[in-house]
Amino acid sequence: MDLAGWGNFPRHDSAVSAPRSEAGLAAQVARGHAIARGNGRSYGDSAISPRNTIDMRNFDRMIAFDAETGVLEAEAGVILTDVIDAFLPRGWFPMVTPGTRLITLGGAIAADVHGKSHHIDGSFGACVNWIDVMGPDGAVTRASRDENPDLFGWTIGGMGLTGIILRCAIRLKPVQSGWIRQTMIPADNLAAAMAAFEESMEAGYSVAWIDCAAKGAHLGRSLVMLGEHAGAAEVAPQHRHRPLHVPAKPKHTFPFPLPGFALNPFTVRAFNALYYWMGTRKAGDSLVDWDEFFYPLDAILKWNRLYGRRGFMQFQCVIPTETAEAGLHALLEAIAGSGQASFLSVLKRFGPQTSPISFPMEGYTLALDFPRTQRAIDLMPQLDAITLEHRGRFYLAKDSRLPAETFAAADPRAAEFAAWRSANGLDTAFSSAQSERLTL
Amino acid sequence: MTGPVLILGARSDIARATARAFAAAGHPIQLAARDASTLAADQADLQTRFGIDVTLHDFDALDTEGHDAFVDALPNLPQIVVSAIGVLGDQTENEDDIGVARTVIRSNFEGPALMLGVLANRFATRGSGTIVGISSVAGDRGRASNYVYGAAKAGFTAFLSGLRNRLAGQGVHVVTVLPGFVNTAMTAGMDTPGALTAEPAEVGEAIVKAVKKSRNVIYVRRIWWLVMAIIRNIPEAIFKKTSI
Repeated sequence: MDLAGWGNFPRHDSAVSAPRSEAGLAAQVARGHAIARGNGRSYGDSAISPRNTIDMRNFDRMIAFDAETGVLEAEAGVILTDVIDAFLPRGWFPMVTPGTRLITLGGAIAADVHGKSHHIDGSFGACVNWIDVMGPDGAVTRASRDENPDLFGWTIGGMGLTGIILRCAIRLKPVQSGWIRQTMIPADNLAAAMAAFEESMEAGYSVAWIDCAAKGAHLGRSLVMLGEHAGAAEVAPQHRHRPLHVPAKPKHTFPFPLPGFALNPFTVRAFNALYYWMGTRKAGDSLVDWDEFFYPLDAILKWNRLYGRRGFMQFQCVIPTETAEAGLHALLEAIAGSGQASFLSVLKRFGPQTSPISFPMEGYTLALDFPRTQRAIDLMPQLDAITLEHRGRFYLAKDSRLPAETFAAADPRAAEFAAWRSANGLDTAFSSAQSERLTL
Repeated sequence: MTGPVLILGARSDIARATARAFAAAGHPIQLAARDASTLAADQADLQTRFGIDVTLHDFDALDTEGHDAFVDALPNLPQIVVSAIGVLGDQTENEDDIGVARTVIRSNFEGPALMLGVLANRFATRGSGTIVGISSVAGDRGRASNYVYGAAKAGFTAFLSGLRNRLAGQGVHVVTVLPGFVNTAMTAGMDTPGALTAEPAEVGEAIVKAVKKSRNVIYVRRIWWLVMAIIRNIPEAIFKKTSI
């Protein structure tokens, strides 16, 4: 089967199975070089193993929910949107959510995804109580911070390379409504955007959309968005009788891949300028529903077709606090100078992170996407070098093209991870196109 | 009306999706299949997701003598019954082995039809209820590739049609569902065309909608109505030489 990530590049002709039982899963794992695949939302080749990709979406049962503690036990193929559908009406919301709800719990754990609350709540792993992981021999091991802590630590953010995540227990957070009190702060340049983040460390959620086409005095101009779950009494009067319920909205599907010329530096620059201008007019406080606040892109199914058949590349790095301003400045200069404006760019302040192999660290993360043009491909090594220079590192869930030496230089933990995998006989049992490219 | 929904043949992917769709609408669910205790994970899933009551019931569609007793043992007579019973079988095996062919015919026609007949009588006595039979487009015209399965489904479709005719005016409605290709265990490994292939969740939602709107016959993806209209209308002299 021809398989790609959400970025539609790279594509690999892959052997894919979709087992329905633990025994069936064990039989697939025994074939070696296995990688679990969830809902296919990682951008590059993390969830592709040409020899043995295992589709986990049949393992999609919820097991139990404790309404006292908000702990949900579920199989790894459960989709985050189903968690919200089931529990928001009862007053619970995921503690950590990335910018899409169309991901499996197993995928969220393997990539240790982060969201707008990282500076407060940490990454997804922080809400995980335990995981059940199937090893090369088909045996299932429960791992938590107390029980098999090594396996637990390396699996959170381990990109599926420590075994097959089969089940998990995650903590949800109590909420009073399905609405978010949003504050929009226009920031005319990078320094102003960073200052807004630093002043907003108490905000429950924070994120910025950044205009990567802006240059000179406006370099890094951003719309910083802060959010808090609204209390039941803050909800608009017409919704106050059912504060946890948000009226359903129509779904749209992007109908076909856009031709390659549709997204070019001119249209991207125009879009970014327009978006910023519209944002400045919405400055201040407003109430938005959870879906609009957390998942604006999920409203358009198959939005990746925007980039046409050639696909697109994501670039996401994090730069530690001390070097963040210089690093971000250099990255934005390089991008603006290249004329290869990124269509959707996001800046976010991370809080501290302690897990052994996860992507986040305290500092600033910048996420960019580029249509896969030759000029954008040529820009990547430049961005890699700037990231390395400023002691940053790269997010594997977004990566489709990093050279092994660059990744190793950015992340010395990778060698330790590879050694642990090989010592436990996991290196030939579990691998992805990405892990082979990066020699993890 | 959120009365209980009985799902016959509850282990299949379409049955699971249908149970979820009814549970999401607030209906208590009765799951019936052989070795029902092995459905405990599905029971927990439905209870956890939707906070509704779910009961498990041992049921063998081929044990037609036991059908009445099975209904008697249910905690209450369901408001809606969905038959997702069915076995595709292997056409070549069906041609060579009478025993295998008989099981395919009985599982797709005799078992589900007689079971729904028993429930139809109970519903008629009560004066209310909805019967949903999941049949197949394969029953619209016999084809070399699956005519044993197709013939049994044709019989089931005709049975549902007759039942609907008989019960109209008695407060009992019958829905015939023709899913077309569905991405399930039954079709795993087959290369089915994307535009004609529905996801199980789509079938489940279509069934809930059809029950709510008292539809008679539904093709889950409407394109199948056109496809089957064409296939049904090819003259036999030409049809017999094709391989579709």
